[in-house]
Amino acid sequence: MTVIRRRLVPYFLLGPGMIWLILFFVVPMYFMGRLSLEQGTLTEGFEFTWQFSNFTDSLSEFDTQFVRSFFYAGVATVLALAIGYPLAYAIAFRGGKWRNALLLAVIAPFFVTYLIRTLAWQTILGDTSVVVETMRSLGLVSADGRVLDTAGSVIAGLTYNFLPFMVLPIYASLERIDENLIEAAKDLYSSARTAFWKVTLPISAPGIVAGTLLTFIPAVGDYINADFLGSQNQAMIGNVIQSRYLVVNDYPSAAALSFVLLVLIMAAVVVYIRFAGSEALMGEEAERA
Amino acid sequence: MSAPPAAAAATGRSAPARAWKWLRENAISLYAGLAIAYMLIPIAVIIAFSFNDPAGRYNFTWEGFTLEHWENPFGITELTDAMVLSLELAALATLVATALGTLIALALVRYEFFGRRPTNFLIVIPLATPEVVIGAALLSMFLLYGVSPGFNTLFIAHVMFSISFVVIVVRSRLIGFDRSLEEAAQDLGANAFTTFRTVTLPLIAPGIVAGGMLAFALSIDDFVISNFNSGTTVTFPLYIFGASQRGIPVEVNVMAAMLFAVTVVAMIFTVWQQRRAERLAATRPEQEEEDRALALAPARG
Repeated sequence: MTVIRRRLVPYFLLGPGMIWLILFFVVPMYFMGRLSLEQGTLTEGFEFTWQFSNFTDSLSEFDTQFVRSFFYAGVATVLALAIGYPLAYAIAFRGGKWRNALLLAVIAPFFVTYLIRTLAWQTILGDTSVVVETMRSLGLVSADGRVLDTAGSVIAGLTYNFLPFMVLPIYASLERIDENLIEAAKDLYSSARTAFWKVTLPISAPGIVAGTLLTFIPAVGDYINADFLGSQNQAMIGNVIQSRYLVVNDYPSAAALSFVLLVLIMAAVVVYIRFAGSEALMGEEAERA
Repeated sequence: MSAPPAAAAATGRSAPARAWKWLRENAISLYAGLAIAYMLIPIAVIIAFSFNDPAGRYNFTWEGFTLEHWENPFGITELTDAMVLSLELAALATLVATALGTLIALALVRYEFFGRRPTNFLIVIPLATPEVVIGAALLSMFLLYGVSPGFNTLFIAHVMFSISFVVIVVRSRLIGFDRSLEEAAQDLGANAFTTFRTVTLPLIAPGIVAGGMLAFALSIDDFVISNFNSGTTVTFPLYIFGASQRGIPVEVNVMAAMLFAVTVVAMIFTVWQQRRAERLAATRPEQEEEDRALALAPARG
């Protein structure tokens, strides 16, 4: 009796939370799939008809936005890595007693509401702002050129908003490195550069994989940066899904688009993890568990 | 870089060589400094513009310094209502998500059970799903069930997306937990519940608090999922989104600055407390060694 009860304990602990996740994450995915195959309008009502044309129609109509989303998110991820890796490295190895303060500065953007910090970039990159005036006088932007409402401003916003997601996992993986290991490598290879490529970088690979995923995934689905910092010409797939659901009320095509987005991202993640080494991400999970 | 120039720079006495050496050694720190500035500049802009005195409805260009909006930050009823609603929602969602997440973390760290892999998968997968898809899926379900979105659907959604984060934070704290303390309590006659209440809970409390703080921050900042599932209910981020079309009142910046200040203070306080706890824990073994050394000293002498 007590043995059985002990065996059941973990399920009692898991139960409430897991039920919540199943009811409000897994089950909704089913309903979204169902909705994507329905037909009709808001006024006449919708009916389930295995309407596969929702997928083909919406894909051919919004292929530009799909390609654009993956392109913007990809560029933003590369930029975030270029900014974030050296930053994480400097905090981990040069931070000294300032480490915690520097980490606080990295996550500080999270303490101001997402929308407000994106609006701050609207101010910074505005047509009459100091930054843009300076860029004009340096010839980086033409005399009557704009920075807002370009691919550049949207990518800059995405890079900024998701940068902490890049820095934190990389920092966590670098922090764990035993500095004696690097010292040993330096003694053996006699070059700081080789020691970095052969020791530091491979050890921090799990952090890079986690960081790039945590940056790329939210960036692909984002619509705030394109909305606040871009125009119609920079609309991403998130903008389309949002307006189809909440403005146009064309639920079936919106659901089809969300479904395609989910599948594309999952496919990209699987390919990326295969390529980058699955133990980088899942290995850590397994080790901990 | 090959070795010779570095060696030359190290031994060289000329100012340019020394400057070059300094620059090479500190390039990464300088780069990091610029990156930190990049992270903080928008925050400085937000705070600065909370003191702006805009001419029209748009708070985009600097017109002049005023304290007017700090004197009466809660003057705009809709904005204040949205903020109050956001705080209530975040408090409720945090409470439930932290409880559910902590229980899951306990099960994952403490017990061997059938179905661990799917459980882990179900916890990680919401983190790998874009918010727009989560929001859209939930709305699809509510639409098909004829549930009209509002505070309740927001609550459901906020608990849902916070659980995974709480699990990850609490689990990482549970892994380093010394179970012999619990065994000691049970040896001394405490039953399972008393042991949990008086030993386990106080020890894992910092982890639970950290998870709860994260859940609160996520909830109060959430826009995308709320955008889909709010109906006519307006949270703080949703108010900003609506106002962004017609011009954001300066009071929004004032509230953002307040929220920022409160969060920074809370963060510093938690870090300080953790450090103090670590220091207390760390001094004990040293103390013992010192005691032993003192005890041995006379014997040697």
